[in-house]
Amino acid sequence: MSVCTLTIDGQAVAAAAGTTVLQAAQQAGITIPTLCHLEGLSPVAACRLCLVEIAGSDRLQPACVTAVAEGQVVHSATPRLRDHRRTLIELLFTEGNHVCAVCVANGHCELQDLAVAVGMDHTRLPYRHPQRSVDLSHHRFGLDHNRCILCTRCVRVCDEVEGAHVWDVGWRGEHCRIVAGLNQPWGAVDACTDCGKCVMACPTGALFHKGDGAEEKHEEAWRLAVILRAHRAGTAP
Amino acid sequence: MKLRLATVWLTGCSGCHMSFLDLDEWLIELAALVEVVFSPIASDVKTYPEHVDVALVEGGVGTSDNLALIRQVRQHTRVLVAFGDCAITSNVPGLRNSHPGADTVLERAYLQLSDSSGCLPQAPGIVPELLEQVLPVQAVVPVDVYLPGCPPPAARIRAVLEALLRGETPVMEGAELIRFG
Repeated sequence: MSVCTLTIDGQAVAAAAGTTVLQAAQQAGITIPTLCHLEGLSPVAACRLCLVEIAGSDRLQPACVTAVAEGQVVHSATPRLRDHRRTLIELLFTEGNHVCAVCVANGHCELQDLAVAVGMDHTRLPYRHPQRSVDLSHHRFGLDHNRCILCTRCVRVCDEVEGAHVWDVGWRGEHCRIVAGLNQPWGAVDACTDCGKCVMACPTGALFHKGDGAEEKHEEAWRLAVILRAHRAGTAP
Repeated sequence: MKLRLATVWLTGCSGCHMSFLDLDEWLIELAALVEVVFSPIASDVKTYPEHVDVALVEGGVGTSDNLALIRQVRQHTRVLVAFGDCAITSNVPGLRNSHPGADTVLERAYLQLSDSSGCLPQAPGIVPELLEQVLPVQAVVPVDVYLPGCPPPAARIRAVLEALLRGETPVMEGAELIRFG
């Protein structure tokens, strides 16, 4: 296996060729914020939180889909990147209806955690307050579009791990939303196995167990991490 | 000279003020350091005074009264603190913003969801009119310090007040100080 040597934030890092910049950083103990990324699912670079600067290029690159290269010089936390990340989080908060106080994921939400991480004590952008719906047609789970950030983790975990492919992304622009089946009520989609992996993969309170109240969605991340590790190792049931 | 402190209640549930009361015995120390010049829980003053050093403003701007008061507050206050999630994000009161306009919300609440005796509240000059949307305070007037939380824990409120009492601007960062919800 050939190895690349690079520097990330001034730290010398050795990583196997084919490794992504994000993986190399993680192996070196350098934290690059992510939201759409979930180890074990295919990377899609949807959220752009993991953007990094690579010497020699003016364009910012998403670390989750950028391969390491010999001699690469990566910066992951410049003032420019920090400013972009805060703006990205503010955009996510203002384009949806994220009311942390009444959310099932309050206290266990990756978006909420990232707001703290980027130093967001308020948004500098106007809130849009879109009209969005809630799908409670499934007998065990619910989908609240108000809290969805379109990371597509649910889409990928259902397709790549469960193999059911219940979820897809429908429409475009501000109308873009997660759809079950061919834009059916979730409960009407026969392909759904009720496995709940999509709920576990959701970084916010968009997908939740029916009956959960504010702050009651938790322990999902480690459960899914166990499943994804087993899936990669070929030992999943 | 004592710091002149105000606390203001706009469109919120008073939870931030309840959390303020959770400062417990520190309130006695605070009382020795500040003069409370306007507050729904600590004074009976009806008119917002001039020359206020610090104002904690709870709630979003959701009514015509809120709008008039927040403009007065800004005009007469040195340090305006957006106090809690409703002031900063419009939070739960802002849930009505997804519906088109105040009339829709009033009709839903007072007519559609009522029994046959429902009627819209009408008392011009007494009941303030709803604005079309509940706005965060910073959408209406400049804010100096943001104190998030629903409600902000008492320790967070104390940290902000202690900094202001020292004449410093609080540095708001980390989960202890800026977590929403």
